[in-house]
Amino acid sequence: MSEQSVDAEEVRHVAALARVDLDESEIEAFAEQFGEILDAFETLDEVPEIEREDDLENVMRADEVRESLSQEEALRNAPESENGYFKGPSVS
Amino acid sequence: MSESSIFITEERIEGEDEGPLAGETVAVKDNISTAGVRTTCGSEMLAEYVPPYDATVIERLTGAGATIVGKTNMDEFGMGSTTETSAFGPAPNPAAEGRVPGGSSGGSAAAVAAGEADYALGTDTGGSVRNPAAFCGVVGIKPTYGLVSRYGLVAYANSLEQIGPLAPTVEDAARVLDAISGPDDRDATTRCEGADSDYASAADGDIEGLSIGIPTELVEGADEGVREAFWDAISDLESEGASYHEVSLPSIEHAVAAYYVIAMSEASSNLARFDGVRYGPVTESGGNWNEAFAAVREQGFGEEVKRRILLGTYALSAGYHDKYYKKAQDARAWVARDFEEAFEEADVLASPTMPVPPFEVGESLEDPLQMYLADANTVPVNLANLPAISVPAGETEGLPVGVQLIGPTFGEKRIIRAASALE
Repeated sequence: MSEQSVDAEEVRHVAALARVDLDESEIEAFAEQFGEILDAFETLDEVPEIEREDDLENVMRADEVRESLSQEEALRNAPESENGYFKGPSVS
Repeated sequence: MSESSIFITEERIEGEDEGPLAGETVAVKDNISTAGVRTTCGSEMLAEYVPPYDATVIERLTGAGATIVGKTNMDEFGMGSTTETSAFGPAPNPAAEGRVPGGSSGGSAAAVAAGEADYALGTDTGGSVRNPAAFCGVVGIKPTYGLVSRYGLVAYANSLEQIGPLAPTVEDAARVLDAISGPDDRDATTRCEGADSDYASAADGDIEGLSIGIPTELVEGADEGVREAFWDAISDLESEGASYHEVSLPSIEHAVAAYYVIAMSEASSNLARFDGVRYGPVTESGGNWNEAFAAVREQGFGEEVKRRILLGTYALSAGYHDKYYKKAQDARAWVARDFEEAFEEADVLASPTMPVPPFEVGESLEDPLQMYLADANTVPVNLANLPAISVPAGETEGLPVGVQLIGPTFGEKRIIRAASALE
């Protein structure tokens, strides 16, 4: 019924972009739900272009050194650290 | 993990001895950082996370004398309307057994309804304070964007969300808002309007001459029992000196779609930080950087969070950005303009907070789209950055109904005064 059909391949592609592994049952369920949800988003096609009158102002402050977290505090929640640094997976 | 619980963590943070809230207790939603007390966002991803610093609202509450009594259950990262997407199991509804407490701040509303705390803090991205307030029969305020600092709030959709109070009465909610509002140099989006505020004194019930606009679009779709309770509340306000007229907000039929496109897009970006390096679960995945991240994120995130991250990524991806995200921003500006026009003829706008009574437990989990559509009355307020309050307005078949009063930008006093007349 959904006009905006989304297939498993597209779900896999988006999941790869978002760095989220999914199992096969999730991929299947999401493909079906995404079709329905994107159908509902089609209503945005009828929205005219609106000129925005945001009254925005930059908020600046002096670039001065101030107290911040200690290295120990910053690392406290890390699963792995080494010599005062976060330890991540290998890049390549 | 099926047992329902109001709190994820019950730990006390003592407040100062003196202050306007001395001796009073506050329950805090678990996406607001508390130094030394774990802050999970209702997610497996942060099950062990202990913040090294306090959110500004925590410093302000304890500075005003309040004691924090615990961190409340919530939909994972605020993504849900029932508190059932929490990785720590659902939360009860003390006002309606067998029903959800609403969400995403369901634990906070339940804490107030059950008397586990005098007040609570929730966060409202698309209704997450007002919805559970309505479902649990308490008062909840979503402040104007920029009134309350978000420093220390774990971001979901940062252009939409505000921290707001829940309490048994309008005056109590206003007192908590007085404690937490005002500018903060650690949140550049805060404004000065909330400094030295006295919202509590506005809860005087004096609504002589108040002009109420009723957006027909937000009433027509509601359940019959909800509509009856709503019109009874409007009659009460009329008998106290207010008048009402109907208004139309043509943009509003696009609000839910615009809200979800913007919220999901922002979520996909904000939640990119959860990669398992600085915090998060340990996985056995060897692999490279990308493979390790994807494995941690599969393990740490629940289904609704994955759904929103993926849809947000989709809406922002090449070829779709203009179709979804840009159009949603147009709709957002349109909704804001419709509200502005409505406020030329009305002091406040009124609608049912939720178009339906509290869902039965488990009822809405299978159909995400139906759950999104139930946010129709609350999301327009976030799109337009406006303040709104939900106040109890009777029952339908024994289930709580809430009325939402919406004000113009920084019109907190107006909605507090109008809501106090319904008590």
